[in-house]
Amino acid sequence: MKAKDENRTFIDKLLDSDVAISILVVMLGFLVGTLLILLVGRNPADMFSSITESMFGVAKRNGDWNFRYVGETLAYSMPYILCGLAMGLPARVGLFNIGAEGQYIMGMTAAQTVALLVTPFPGLWFFCLIAAIIAGSLWGGIVGILKAKFNVSEVVATIMLNYIALYTSRLWGFTLPGATTYNTAPLPLESKLTKFLIPTSNFNTGIFFVLLMVAIYYFVLNKTKLGYSMRATGYNKYAAKCSGISTVRSVTASMLFAGAFAGLAGAIVLLGGAFPKGRIITGMDNYGFMGIAVSLVGNNTAIGNLLAGVLFGILKQSQSLMQSRNIPKEITYIIQGLIVVFISLRSGLEIVKQKRLTKKLREEALSK
Amino acid sequence: MSDYAIEMLNITKTFPGIIANDDVTLRVEKNEVHALLGENGAGKSTLMSILFGAYEADNGIIKINGKEVSIKNPNVATDIGIGMVHQHFKLVHNYTVTENIVLGREPRTRFHTLNLGIAEKKVQELSDKYGLKVDPKSKIDDISVGQQQRVEILKTLYSDSQIIIFDEPTAVLTPQEIDELMIIIKKLQAEGKTIILITHKLKEIKTVCDKCSVLRRGKYIGTVNVADVSENELASMMVGRAVKFEITKNPPKIGKVMLDVQNITVKDHNGISKVKDLSLQIHEGEILGIAGVDGNGQSELLMGLCGMLPVSEGKILLDGNDITHESIRSRIEKGLGHVPEDRHKYGMVKQFTLSENAVLKDFYKPKYSTKYHTLNFPKFKEVASQQIEDFDVRTGLGADTVAGSLSGGNQQKAIIAREIELSPKLLMIAQPTRGLDVGAIEFIRKRIIEERDKGQAILLVSFELDEIMNLCDRIAAISHGHIVGIFNDGEVSQREIGLMMASSEKGEKDEG
Amino acid sequence: MNILTQLPTILMIVSPILIAAIGGMFTERSGVVNIAIEGLMGLGACAAASTHYLMEAAGAGRYSLVVALLVGTATGWAFSLIHAAASVDLKADQTISGTGINLLADGTTIFVAQILFKADRTKEYQVGMLTDRFGMYPTAYIAIAVVIIAWFVMYKTPFGMHLRACGEHPAAADSVGINVRLMRYSGVMISGSLAGLAGGCIVLTQTIQYTSGTIGGRGYIALAAVSFGRWSPLGVTLAAILFGGAQAFAVISNNIPALASLPSEYFNILPYAVTLIALIATSGKDYAPQANGIPYEKGAS
Repeated sequence: MKAKDENRTFIDKLLDSDVAISILVVMLGFLVGTLLILLVGRNPADMFSSITESMFGVAKRNGDWNFRYVGETLAYSMPYILCGLAMGLPARVGLFNIGAEGQYIMGMTAAQTVALLVTPFPGLWFFCLIAAIIAGSLWGGIVGILKAKFNVSEVVATIMLNYIALYTSRLWGFTLPGATTYNTAPLPLESKLTKFLIPTSNFNTGIFFVLLMVAIYYFVLNKTKLGYSMRATGYNKYAAKCSGISTVRSVTASMLFAGAFAGLAGAIVLLGGAFPKGRIITGMDNYGFMGIAVSLVGNNTAIGNLLAGVLFGILKQSQSLMQSRNIPKEITYIIQGLIVVFISLRSGLEIVKQKRLTKKLREEALSK
Repeated sequence: MSDYAIEMLNITKTFPGIIANDDVTLRVEKNEVHALLGENGAGKSTLMSILFGAYEADNGIIKINGKEVSIKNPNVATDIGIGMVHQHFKLVHNYTVTENIVLGREPRTRFHTLNLGIAEKKVQELSDKYGLKVDPKSKIDDISVGQQQRVEILKTLYSDSQIIIFDEPTAVLTPQEIDELMIIIKKLQAEGKTIILITHKLKEIKTVCDKCSVLRRGKYIGTVNVADVSENELASMMVGRAVKFEITKNPPKIGKVMLDVQNITVKDHNGISKVKDLSLQIHEGEILGIAGVDGNGQSELLMGLCGMLPVSEGKILLDGNDITHESIRSRIEKGLGHVPEDRHKYGMVKQFTLSENAVLKDFYKPKYSTKYHTLNFPKFKEVASQQIEDFDVRTGLGADTVAGSLSGGNQQKAIIAREIELSPKLLMIAQPTRGLDVGAIEFIRKRIIEERDKGQAILLVSFELDEIMNLCDRIAAISHGHIVGIFNDGEVSQREIGLMMASSEKGEKDEG
Repeated sequence: MNILTQLPTILMIVSPILIAAIGGMFTERSGVVNIAIEGLMGLGACAAASTHYLMEAAGAGRYSLVVALLVGTATGWAFSLIHAAASVDLKADQTISGTGINLLADGTTIFVAQILFKADRTKEYQVGMLTDRFGMYPTAYIAIAVVIIAWFVMYKTPFGMHLRACGEHPAAADSVGINVRLMRYSGVMISGSLAGLAGGCIVLTQTIQYTSGTIGGRGYIALAAVSFGRWSPLGVTLAAILFGGAQAFAVISNNIPALASLPSEYFNILPYAVTLIALIATSGKDYAPQANGIPYEKGAS
C-alpha cells in the first residue's frame, strides 16, 4: 500500500526539488554567516552591501553608475564556473575530482610557457588557451586511468597530484625566461585576452570560451552516446559494465574533460589582465577547491554550475569590499564551507521524506 | 490458562510505502514447531523482527508465557529468552566463531578486558551437546555456509534461548544439509525449546512442523494443523487461489549446438578458482538448467560467460564463434543475452527511465542515432513502449517511468523483455523468479517456455530445485565448480540431484 | 651520515602524521570515512598556536604547551561532531561532508586569526617545544603512547571489538544490541581529537605560527597511511614512518652535500609522490572494513 498522491503537500514538493534545496542551502549558509558576523560585533549590513555592490555596481559621485565591481565579479566567475564543471562531470560518472587545483596549475603553466617561448604574433592567446586545455586534460587523464585501470581512490590521488603540480610548476617556472622567485619575464601583449564589455575591470573575452565549455558539458552529457555511457556508469557502474559499456572509457573521458575545463581556467586567470608577468606560484589559487562547492550547489548540471559559479564570483569580489569595511573576508570561505556541509545532507533528506511518508501511511492504516 | 509460549496480538507495522503487518495475530504453543508461511513480501520477516526486537510495532501487544512484555531491542529479546537465526547471517566475516557468538556479551577479566578463553570452552560444550560440529577457533571467512548457519544457531543457544526463530533457513543449504537441519530442529524441540520456522517451502513444513500460520500481503489468514492439510491446500492459503504447480510443456525440438563450453576455469576477484575444468553444450530449442546450492560456481560461471570475469583456461564457442576473450559488448553483439542474478546491481539502472533502460545494451547502434550523431530519445521510448506492452509491465507513466519505482516483478519483466527483444542466440537467465509474487512468477516461467518453443537456446540457473525440474529439458548438477552430472528431464529424482549437488569431487560424496 | 643522528628530526615529522593516521584508523574501522582530518588538524593547530601565544604573552611558563595541546585536541573533537552528525545521523555523503569541513576549517581558522590577531596568521610565539636530553621532542613519545593505547583498545577491550564489528557488519552488531550510532560517533570523535592533537604537535614543533599552509596536505597523507597500512596499528605505523620519512628527507637533505644544492622543490614533491606510488601499489585488493563509508540504516538488509 502506498500513500495517496493528492496528499503531497507543499513541503513534500519542496523536498523533491533539487533547485529548491540548493537555494535553501545557500540561504542557510548566509544566515549562519550573518549570525557569525553579529557574534564578533561587526555589522552584517556591511557584508550585504559588499555583496550587492558586487552584483550591481555602485553609484559614482557624479551620478553615473560604476560597473567596475560587476566586471570583476564576472571575471572571477569564469574560473569558478570552469572549476565547477571540472568537478561536476566526473561527479556524474561517480568520481570525486578534488584535483581541479592541480589541473588548473598545469594549464596555467602550459599557457605561460607558450606565451613566453613562442615568438609573439596576433592570436597567440588562442594557442595559449589550447596548450592549457591539453596540459590540464593530461593531468586529469592520469587520475582517470589510475582509477579506471587500477581502481586507485581518486580522492587521495588527486590531492597528491595537486601538490606535485604545485612544485613541478615552480621547478618548470624557474627554467622560463626572466625567472625570479616570484615571477618571470612580462607576458607579451599578444598572449593576453582582450577586455570585454566593462573595460575598467578584468572581464575579458574568455567568457566566450567559458560559455562554450558549459554548452559542451550539457551537450556531451545529455545528447551523445558518450554521455549516456557516463551517466549509466555514474548511476550504476556494475549494470553499465555488464551491459557492455566501457566504464574505463567513461571514467577516463570524464577526467580528460575535467582537466581541460580546469586547465582552461588557469589560463584565463593568467591571461585575463590581473598578471603582467608569468607566475612562479607559492600557493594554490583555490578556484579548484571552490569548484567543488560550485558544482555541489549547482547539482552537477551545466546550468547549475553556470549560476553557482556566478554566485561564487559575487562572493569573491565582495571579499575585498568587506575587508575594507572591517569584515574579515574569510567569512565567505566559512559560508562556502557551510554550504558544502549542508549540501552533503541532501542524501539525508531522503530520511526526512521517508519519515513523513511512513507517518502518513500509519495514519491511513490505523484510521480504518 | 495460557499454554501459549508466544502471543502476538493485533500487530501493525508500517514502513515507507508499505503496510508490512496489518493487524496480525499469532499464537504459538509451548514446545511447538510452528511454521510461519507466506509469499515473499507477506510480512513474515517483519513480524518476527518485531518479536526479536529489531523493530517496534506501531500497535499491538506481545505476551510471552502469558506475561505482557515490551521488546525494545534485541538485548531485551535475548534476556526474555528469544533467539533468532537470521536468513542473511549477521556474522562478522573476519572474526572467529567464538567472537561472533559472544559479540555484545563478552566475558571480561577483572580489568574489563576481553576473556575469550572461557567463551571458547562454552562454545565447544554447546557444539558437542547438540551435535553441531563447529570449531570455535575458525574464522567465518573459512567455514562453509552450512557451518555458518550453525554458528547462528549456537548464538541462540549460548544465551539460553527457549524460543528460537529460524528465518528461511534452507535457502542456502543442500538437500543433505536441509535433512541435517530438520534433525537439529527436532533435537531442539526435544530439549524443550519452542521453534518458529519462517518459510515458503511447503515440503519442509510437512516434514518438521506441528502447526502452520499463514500471512498474505500483511494480513493474517489462519492457522492449521500441518498433519491435517496437503501441500496444495497450504499453497492455496498462501496465495489466495488455486495454484498450478506443474507447467505442462511440449517435448523440446532440439537444433544445432549454440553454446559450447570447453574445459573452462574461472577465478573470482581474489584469484580463487570457482569454476574448474567445466564443459557443457546447449542446443537451440532446449533449456539447460544448472542445479546447485549458492556458492558452487554458478555465479562465476555466468560471469565468465558474459565477460565480467576473465576465463583463465578453456574455450567458449557461441554458434561456432570463439568468444573466450572477447569484450562484453562484443559478446552481446555476437548474440549473448543475459538476465543477471542480481537484477538491481547488474540488470538495470534504477535512476534511468524504462526508455533508457530498454536500450542499455544497444543504444550506440546506428538505429538510435539522429543525423546529427546525437541520440534519438523518442526512438528509445518507442522501443521501450513496445516491450512494456508485449510483456505486460505495469507502470505509472509508461516508458517514462523511472525504473526504480516499479515493483520487483515488473522490473524483472522489463529486463527479460529487453533481453528477449534483442533476439540473442543464447539466453542466460539466473534466478528469474527470486523475490517475485506468484503472478509474475507464472508469467515469466510461461514466457521462458514460449521462447524455448520458438527455438531459443536457454541456460537457466536457479537455486530453486523445483523450478529447475519443472522448466528444464536437461539438468546439470554443479558442485564446487564442476559439473558432476547431466541428465534429461525425467531421468532423475530430486533426491539424486541433491546428492550430486553435495558431492565434493567428481563421484565422491560429501562427508560433512 | 648517521641515520641515528637524524632520528629525532624524522620522528618529529613522522609523529603528527602517525597520530592523525591512528585517528583515521579508528574512524574507518568504525565505518565512517573522515576526509576532514586535514581540516581538523588545521583547526587544532590554529587553536594550539593561539593558545600558546596568548598564554606565553601572559607569562604562563612551560605548561602552556600542555594546555595548548589540550585546546587543540578539544577543538578537533568539537568540529568532528559536525562530521559525525552529518555522516551517522543524517546519512550524508561522507566524502562531501568531509570536504565541506575542510573548506569550513580553512575559513574558520583564518577568520579567528583575523579576529584575534588582525592578520591572516597567528602571531609568532617565542618558544615552542624543546627536545629532551636524548634530543627527542615530546611529540615522539606522545605518538608512541597513542599507538600502544590504540592497539590495546582495539584488540583487547570490548569497546574495540564492538567498534570493529560496526565497521565490518553493522547489522550484525546491531542485532546483538551494540549501539552502532554510538560506536561510530566514538570513532569519529577519536579521529577528531587525535587530528586536533596532531595539528597542535605540528605547529608547536615544526614552525612558530599557524598559517593556511601549515598542514599542507598532511591530513590526506595520514589518510593514505591508513589504507596503505591496511587499517592495523602496526601497518599504519609503518606507513606513517614511510610517508613521514619522505617528508623528513627534505630537511635531512640539507645535511648531505650532494643533495643540498638541489632546489628544495624536488624534496617537497617526494612525500606526495611516495604516497601516490604507494596507493597505486596497494590498489586492487580490498582490506578495507567492509562497511566503510556506508551509512547504516536499520532494517536495510
